[in-house]
Amino acid sequence: MDKKKRFWIQGIAALLQNANWKGFFTGKIYTGPVKTVCVPGLNCYSCPGAVGACPIGSLQNSLSGFRFKFPYYVVGILLFFGALLGRAICGFLCPFGFLQDLLHKIPFPGKRRTFKGDRALRYVKYVVLIGLVVVLPILIKLTPVYCKYLCPSGTLSGMLLSLSNRELFQVVGALFTWKVGVLSAVIITCLMIPRAFCRYLCPLGAWYGLFQKISVVKITLDKEKCTGCKTCLSHCDMYVDPSCQPNSAECIRCGACIHACPTKALQYSIKR
Amino acid sequence: MNWSIFWEKNKTKLVFIIAILLLVAGIVTGQPQVVWTKASKICLECIGIG
Repeated sequence: MDKKKRFWIQGIAALLQNANWKGFFTGKIYTGPVKTVCVPGLNCYSCPGAVGACPIGSLQNSLSGFRFKFPYYVVGILLFFGALLGRAICGFLCPFGFLQDLLHKIPFPGKRRTFKGDRALRYVKYVVLIGLVVVLPILIKLTPVYCKYLCPSGTLSGMLLSLSNRELFQVVGALFTWKVGVLSAVIITCLMIPRAFCRYLCPLGAWYGLFQKISVVKITLDKEKCTGCKTCLSHCDMYVDPSCQPNSAECIRCGACIHACPTKALQYSIKR
Repeated sequence: MNWSIFWEKNKTKLVFIIAILLLVAGIVTGQPQVVWTKASKICLECIGIG
């Protein structure tokens, strides 16, 4: 996939998911009927532009109610998106993923695609998914633990809201300081490492990663054409080797490997 | 019938069927309204106010 094409798809997807543009000026969020639908990517529902609901926020809200009810609706949506697109959502539709791609374009010292400990750290996002998104909200009622203490998308939404809604931020305290610290750390890490948040912390990426091997949209490798030159690995922002694992849970299906492959051994495919 | 072979051959379709059944169950039990109730108010925890 051509980088420019993907950039446009990401931009349009981010704009469509944040189509309530007047919210950025009025400091009020959209409250229409579309907000019953969860968007596929990580996009806080308190963002002034958001027209849909955040799937992770909705899941936590359902799980942390006083009386436990299985969140059929949100899990159904997440299963559907996962089985259809897998982590192609991260590569094409997630507004926070797009933001990370933009951040990594900014010149910054210490840019690298991998480092010692990179592989091990990628498991942290599964701990975040199980621990902070599922288990703790069930145990600690009425507390969306991931959104409250970690989610940088929510902090960014809060900052955007504060630009036009000053009253909201006259009561900020230690929690906001903590969240701004997390957001700053995520931004700095993303300046150095491509998609650092997706790699290490994103619970939605962890969820969609579980569907990579069964999703309808896949990447296939023609082993007869592959020469093992590893050009694909050298072009991969997520630092996965498609010549070994074309459907790795870490692959965001951005298509950089497909575009770079000199023998056209890698292709997008649709599972029938 | 060998269920593991059946699962291997049809897992994508089965996941779609489960997803749609869950979605329908959620819609019937009014869960979209629960999602809307949360999403249509500013989430103070999410934006870092508490």
